[in-house]
Amino acid sequence: MTEQGVGASLLRKEDDRFLRGRGQYVADIRLPGMKDVAFVRSPLAHARIAGIRIPDANRDRIYVAADLEGVKPIVAVSGLAGFKVSEQPVLAFEKVRQVGELLAVCVGASRAEAEDLAASVELDLDELPALHDMIAARKPGAALVHEHWGDNVFLETFVDVNMEAAYDAPIKVTREISTARQSMAPMEGRGTVAVWDKRMEQLVLHTGSQMPHIVRTGLAECLGLGQEQVRIVSPDVGGGFGYKGILLPEDICLAFLAMKLDHPVRWIEDRREHLTAGANCREHHYIITGYADRDGKLRGIECEATVDSGAYSSYPFSACLEAAQVASILPGPYDFPSYRCRTWSVATNKCPILPYRGVARTGVCYALELVLDAIAREAGIEPHEVRLKNLVQPEQMPFDNITRKHFDSGDYPEALQRAMAAIDLEGIRARQRQGEPDGRLIGIGHSIYCEQGAHGTSVYAGWGIPMVPGHEQATARMTPDGGLEIRVGVHSHGQSMETTLPQVAHEILGIDTAKIKLVHGDTEYTPYSTGSWGSRCAVMAGGAVATAAREVAGLAKGIGAHLLQADVADVKLVDGHVVGPSGSVSLETVAFTWYRRPQDLPASVDPRGLESTIGYKPVRDSGTFSYAAHAVVVAVDPEMGDIEILDYVIVEDGGKLINPMVVDGQIYGGLAQGIGTALYEEMNFDASGQPLASTFADYLLPGPTEVPAPRLDHMETLAPYTEFGVKGIGEGGAIAPPAAIGNAVNDALKGFGAELLRSPMTPRRVLEAIQSAKQSKEVLEMTQGEMA
Amino acid sequence: MKPVNFDYARPADVGAALALLADDTLAVKIMAGGQSLGPMLNMRLVQPDLLVDIAGIEELKQVTDRPDEIVFGACITHADIEDRRVPDVTRGALPSVANGIAYRAVRNRGTVGGSLTHADPSADWISILSAVGARVTLRGPAGNRTIAVEDYMLGALEADLRPGEMLVSVTVPKLGRSARWGYYKSCRKTGEFAHAIGAFLSDPERGVSRVVIGATESRPIVVTDAQHLIGDGRAERLDRVFDSHAAAEAIAAAGMADPIDRQTHVVALRRAIERAYSA
Ligand SMILES: Cc1cc2nc3c(=O)[nH]c(=O)nc-3n(C[C@H](O)[C@H](O)[C@H](O)COP(=O)(O)OP(=O)(O)OC[C@H]3O[C@@H](n4cnc5c(N)ncnc54)[C@H](O)[C@@H]3O)c2cc1C
Repeated sequence: MTEQGVGASLLRKEDDRFLRGRGQYVADIRLPGMKDVAFVRSPLAHARIAGIRIPDANRDRIYVAADLEGVKPIVAVSGLAGFKVSEQPVLAFEKVRQVGELLAVCVGASRAEAEDLAASVELDLDELPALHDMIAARKPGAALVHEHWGDNVFLETFVDVNMEAAYDAPIKVTREISTARQSMAPMEGRGTVAVWDKRMEQLVLHTGSQMPHIVRTGLAECLGLGQEQVRIVSPDVGGGFGYKGILLPEDICLAFLAMKLDHPVRWIEDRREHLTAGANCREHHYIITGYADRDGKLRGIECEATVDSGAYSSYPFSACLEAAQVASILPGPYDFPSYRCRTWSVATNKCPILPYRGVARTGVCYALELVLDAIAREAGIEPHEVRLKNLVQPEQMPFDNITRKHFDSGDYPEALQRAMAAIDLEGIRARQRQGEPDGRLIGIGHSIYCEQGAHGTSVYAGWGIPMVPGHEQATARMTPDGGLEIRVGVHSHGQSMETTLPQVAHEILGIDTAKIKLVHGDTEYTPYSTGSWGSRCAVMAGGAVATAAREVAGLAKGIGAHLLQADVADVKLVDGHVVGPSGSVSLETVAFTWYRRPQDLPASVDPRGLESTIGYKPVRDSGTFSYAAHAVVVAVDPEMGDIEILDYVIVEDGGKLINPMVVDGQIYGGLAQGIGTALYEEMNFDASGQPLASTFADYLLPGPTEVPAPRLDHMETLAPYTEFGVKGIGEGGAIAPPAAIGNAVNDALKGFGAELLRSPMTPRRVLEAIQSAKQSKEVLEMTQGEMA
Repeated sequence: MKPVNFDYARPADVGAALALLADDTLAVKIMAGGQSLGPMLNMRLVQPDLLVDIAGIEELKQVTDRPDEIVFGACITHADIEDRRVPDVTRGALPSVANGIAYRAVRNRGTVGGSLTHADPSADWISILSAVGARVTLRGPAGNRTIAVEDYMLGALEADLRPGEMLVSVTVPKLGRSARWGYYKSCRKTGEFAHAIGAFLSDPERGVSRVVIGATESRPIVVTDAQHLIGDGRAERLDRVFDSHAAAEAIAAAGMADPIDRQTHVVALRRAIERAYSA
């Protein structure tokens, strides 16, 4: 048997079906009698609904808000003080607040026929002024998304720690920095197949979901059903990134139809719906000031951060998680004495935003790391020197930072130094002095961040949102032939858990991973869980599986000891065998005996058998802190504005890696998305709130030719509080690239005195930055000339 | 989204296709490679009663080699040109441009005729074929007519296609032995539509000197006598004689208002000239 336990780069078990095209996604489900659904969506961002006219001939196949008897709106409240509640109607009535909002649902024999029905509906909408700019939406006198609020602010937060003490710092740099609104763009969009199971008296909703149990809770509440009446099945999921972590009004419509009609219904989201209607992510705006001493030592950070939360608070994360989180994570991996941050979660006439891979961290890292480089330029020192002066030091661990984040372990300076050595700072500086034969400008940049993962009850209780993670449970159960079944409530949407969780069980029980089956993605078969989000599965589900496997190991030893005629205290479990002082017995025999030859067991045998469901929480649940340093070399074409990535280095520390190959895969994928944020992805709106990208021709994603092969290096500083010392790393790859690339671009442009402070860093923005730097230089020279 | 319900015909020859097009009681749409039309059907931007699939018509895939030009059918694909199944008479210009269109799956189906008729200003064929001085032949109720390729495009997404007409072939002149050409496409991603295109042909033997500035808001800017921009073609280094100020003026005169666009288009042309290819 090859090495299969924790730390082995085992090939992915799920790839056998994925690579053969045998994955089973929602769109692959065919139920007898199933009909297709299409929606009538609002063409306007903000309007009063004066009328919806349905031709009589189609009336029995089209449903509007008034038809949805007993269906409640989606409400996702945060317990943070001052949070204003939005009600997201399942089908809009009175008013629409975003383009793409649902107005009616049509049922046809095919999707095309359902779209014909949708086209037959006439809308009478009185357009209202739309809010497309979150900063304008915050101002008094702006149009109101939710009239009864009196303003457009979901939540405002404020923290201050001794800010004024930094004001006499000799270096003070202020920047206005922003990240574009993005679409999550998983390869597979949303989709739902709903059916009422008459025998089970149960609504069965098949939907690609990161959190089937949370969807069940939310759905049951909106429909007024008992939770036992709802079953969520999440089959293979083609990428989630947060988008498959929210409850959509579409899901509730489908559930309603399945209960009302005598046949299954399905809705498969198309790309236009995905880009323009469902949800977006990432839109942040910062006015941020860094205070520092001449040697680059940080004295403090002051920031005003605004997040465009869109029209509604999405379930379960709420509209405020993003902005409010900015305040607590902005200090990043640095230790400094003064801090002030005010945040606003602002409602606009756009679709809701949701936490996307990296959540608020990508924007925060971009804002803070760009400012650190600006400080370095001001101080005339290398940017990494500024960071080395301010990073949390290994001897400070565990460390509580200025916002009381508890850093568990790590050596951040070491990661940065390794990255700088690998990228060859000296060599690049020499190359810059020489200049490029093709006239392009070389720039080097880096960034470093920390990724809090698997944060638990103590963190989420404070947010007071509809979902607070507690103990994570798993079931481990031996089968009569000596195999193992594991059941968990989290779900894979690319995390490779069908491979990694069996590796964890193997580590403890020694059962061949080929004989360990993961059951997940079905509320009927798995323990309750808040699901897959926040880089939590390896730590939480991994810990739960380890705990359950250990329980089963204890039970197996009990049976084995009896078969060996030994005392249980004298037996051990080694390589899938219970070994006693004078012999051993395989787990196959143990299982066979329990299930099929109970007559060989004494009356005193432990009746729990070979099965355990048990919960797990790390010793401390404030979260694991993984981190990475990214370093990048870019070439900027100052005439065309094009940016090419020439080299990319990542030094990452995720504690103990259950499967290093899988971790590399997570980093590659995250990097691709980070490059998307940095250089390509942007969901623009016009002044009337119309989304301007409705296909991938307008919404650019990086492709294989735009994503370089990064050079990876791993450190393994164990987490002190978790099983095996594992840390969550699922999101990190997507956090650092915009900051690292942004710093590299600004390094390349420093000769012009130009700075780019907005992602994505498109060719046009590069050229505009150069142009405006040239203009201000000219103005400066002119005024100096006049003065002379 | 899904297309509206439509009928589908796959005629065997141009005559049969023209007969189907002649029915003016129906909204009839030609489909060649479907690479632009497919998405437009799905988004219901086009809602035809009848789709006439011309990809099976032999005549539209034929190539005729004449002494001083080559004529190929409208359904020749980007890949046919890239792989030189259509003999190259342009000293590598057309195969090289074909290779930079989208990715292989699109090139296997997308046709030159479809691209020209779709008339996307950012597309490649309209610019390079204008640079080499190609002509298109249209056939309709009134018979054949042949016009310069740059005149076929009337504006963004608008071709000079009269009722009942279709594009049948493209004629490309054979370049002289000392001809030089250049093509520079500025785009965000590999194979993406262009944001700026510069192209030129300098063929002193035939007395031809042409410059194209493409990927504009509308039709490409085509300078059919470009001696004032790139000289008579006898200079060894064309980039040394290139007059970028004159090029910027030509672009401004054509109405390009945005200064950054003007800059990138001049640079695209200059780079096309710096990277001149000759046989
Ligand atoms: C992902 C992607 C990337 C692309 N990137 C590029 C790129 O970088 N550069 C580029 O130039 N193009 C690009 N394209 C467009 C591609 O080149 C298309 O193939 C081309 O625009 C249309 O050709 P078609 O044969 O598919 O035409 P179709 O889609 O079949 O038809 C297009 C239009 O032309 C009409 N038509 C077609 N043939 C005739 C005819 N013989 N007579 C009259 N009317 C006709 C149709 O009615 C329709 O209106 C891209 C396409 C895709 C999908």
